[in-house]
Amino acid sequence: MKKTKTMLAALAVGLLTSTAAMAGDVRIMWYSDGVEGEVLKDLLDRFMKENPGINVILDNVSYSVVKEQLPVQLEAGNGPDIARVTNLKAQSQHWLDLRPLVADPAYWDENFGAQADWMRPDGSNQISGFMTQITIAGGFANKTLFEQAGVAIPGKDATWDDWAKAAKQVAENQQVPFPMALDRSGHRLSGPNLAYGGNYIGSDGKPAPLDEGTKNFLKTFVGWVADGTMSKDVWVSAAGSTYRAAADDFINGQLVYYYSGSWQVPNFSTKIGTNFDWVATGSPCGPANCTGMTGGAGLVAVKYTKNPKEVAKVMDYLASEPIVKEFSERTLFLPAHKGVLAKGLDFKTDDAQAKAALNAFVEASTSLSDVARKLPGWLWSDAVYGALVTRVSQAAAGEMTVDEAFARIDSDIATKVKDSGN
Amino acid sequence: MKADVPKGSGSGLGETAMVPVRLAMAAIDAPLRFVQRRLGIGGMATFFLLPNMLIFGIFVLLPFFINFAYSMTGGTALFLPDRSFVGGDQYARLFDCANYADPNSCAEDTFWTAVGNTAWFVVLQVTLMILFSLVTALILNRDLMARSFWRAVFFFPVLLSPVVVGLIWKWILQRQGLLNFGLYGLGFEPYTWLNDRNWSFAATVGVSIWAHMGFYTLILLAGLQAIPKDLYEAAEMDGTRPARAFWRITLPLLMPNLLVVIVLVLIRAVQIFDEVYVLTGGGPGTSTLYITQYIYETGFATQLRNPGLAAAASILMGGVLVVLTLVQLGLGRKGEKKGARK
Repeated sequence: MKKTKTMLAALAVGLLTSTAAMAGDVRIMWYSDGVEGEVLKDLLDRFMKENPGINVILDNVSYSVVKEQLPVQLEAGNGPDIARVTNLKAQSQHWLDLRPLVADPAYWDENFGAQADWMRPDGSNQISGFMTQITIAGGFANKTLFEQAGVAIPGKDATWDDWAKAAKQVAENQQVPFPMALDRSGHRLSGPNLAYGGNYIGSDGKPAPLDEGTKNFLKTFVGWVADGTMSKDVWVSAAGSTYRAAADDFINGQLVYYYSGSWQVPNFSTKIGTNFDWVATGSPCGPANCTGMTGGAGLVAVKYTKNPKEVAKVMDYLASEPIVKEFSERTLFLPAHKGVLAKGLDFKTDDAQAKAALNAFVEASTSLSDVARKLPGWLWSDAVYGALVTRVSQAAAGEMTVDEAFARIDSDIATKVKDSGN
Repeated sequence: MKADVPKGSGSGLGETAMVPVRLAMAAIDAPLRFVQRRLGIGGMATFFLLPNMLIFGIFVLLPFFINFAYSMTGGTALFLPDRSFVGGDQYARLFDCANYADPNSCAEDTFWTAVGNTAWFVVLQVTLMILFSLVTALILNRDLMARSFWRAVFFFPVLLSPVVVGLIWKWILQRQGLLNFGLYGLGFEPYTWLNDRNWSFAATVGVSIWAHMGFYTLILLAGLQAIPKDLYEAAEMDGTRPARAFWRITLPLLMPNLLVVIVLVLIRAVQIFDEVYVLTGGGPGTSTLYITQYIYETGFATQLRNPGLAAAASILMGGVLVVLTLVQLGLGRKGEKKGARK
């Protein structure tokens, strides 16, 4: 009997010990475009040394896991304690309100307030997290190819047509397979749509049917895919709304002009190195304006966490001014932190091209249209982006006419709105 | 007499080795006798089947009924209690079509495109898979030099994960892949195989055959080796030609294995997903979008998912599979009876 009691006591102590260890665990789901995962790990190691009671577990996953698997986990009331997410608004019902938990809510409001609405339910003053980076969609040109072809790089106010013409000339001259490429993404496609005068947001706040501005660019875009001006590989390479980037083609020198965004700068800086010269060009102009799209990735706390206090402590640390500054300077990301932006950054790179590119994107952020600024905080953005990608790629593959694609985009979005019960 | 003595009961060492077995048998004998007294001999079959049926019920039947329940609900919520009952609306939406042969006339055009693609894929892949597996098994059944090596070569792709299979072939077939590298070296122009609708479709058929043929070959090979050699010797003595021996001896005696292979290949073909998802992503356009990918994307991958629609599509797919399997089993039994009468 005594032996049994001893064994039971040992078991109880073991269980209590393991529970105590789990109580301090904070699990972060993180994806990386470049080196940010390594930088974050380094920062978290320092945090854990300063806070031995909190064990932060960093799960590095691919972006598709965040896009496709995290939503299912959240719907099931599971998931990590903290996640790096781009689809912030549509999932805002799953984020934890950090306002009563963080050390100084006023600090958060002051420095991250401009984007706070992108990640909280409409009408609330919740602090869900902060943007780890602000991204601006924009173009990159292979400067070496332009120089070798003897074609001048289009200037600041160049239109999409100017870029298409110039890129085609360079590609023909240099025997490069792709003059232009635009990521297979509704977000990326939306920059030129808005520049052509498009607006997805109806007067009731719900999605409006495709307007003439959007239709005009989409017609041009599908025409460019058909005549080889725009890379067909990226847009017809999948069905549905699957994301595909053309970054590798640009890095391999197979692409003259690539429309992507500021998050590619560290990637290009690391992988292109001195292979060729490249420049960031901002967004080409359309008939309405020269806007790109803004957005970015936010680090949000998940409300199903068992350890909200520990989560808030980790978030306070990562959102603190010196850490945001260090993270941004080492990752070459544009920060969202107002104070850090005001004091300026010293990006940790010897690559003059990367520094110039980052400055070009900061400059491009001044030409964002009002609609472009609204879309990241609009509930229906992803529904529109998904329908755009699915149907435009079908039109690009020759499965349907552009007009049929327009009708399908409108009906797809209307069905999504109906399905959601809103 | 020696042959009648059970193994292990002749020597002292054998006796000792059998002790734990006998003890274990004695330990389970008593409770089993008790159960048998309560249930009777007939009930014992049910008793022994119960664990299997329980597992089957939990992991197959229960999910099936839950899936059916999902197909009768609407909305984007994941949990069943949070979803609204819509009856057969999801099925009605799938079947809302002016002309089933023209997916563009359907409300869920992508579903019908996927159904059409899957039907073509099944017809081609199943036919070619059976043909290639049978020919390979017949060749490997002969006295070849390094026969074991060749068997391993054909079986090796089966050991690879479908994702690895998809990636390997993507690296071969993509614009800057191995195939174009080879063609360029030979003076040909590189071609974008995966951007061409027909080549892309052919690639999915070919890759799935390459990846799974070894398994079916193995089943057919086992069937071939079970055919008594003396039948062929007798046929040879009667002057029967090899082709006639194949049709009259090999094929009828291989039919049970062949039927199993046909059922397995068919089910696998309808469910094709992973390697194709990695290889083509369903593209170009929707030319290699098959039904499982449609279900996955509708239920999980798109923004504002529709689990109800995905569940309805998967119930329909399951129904088609059940019908096809029953038809094949029926045909198989009919063939067996016909063979027995002869």
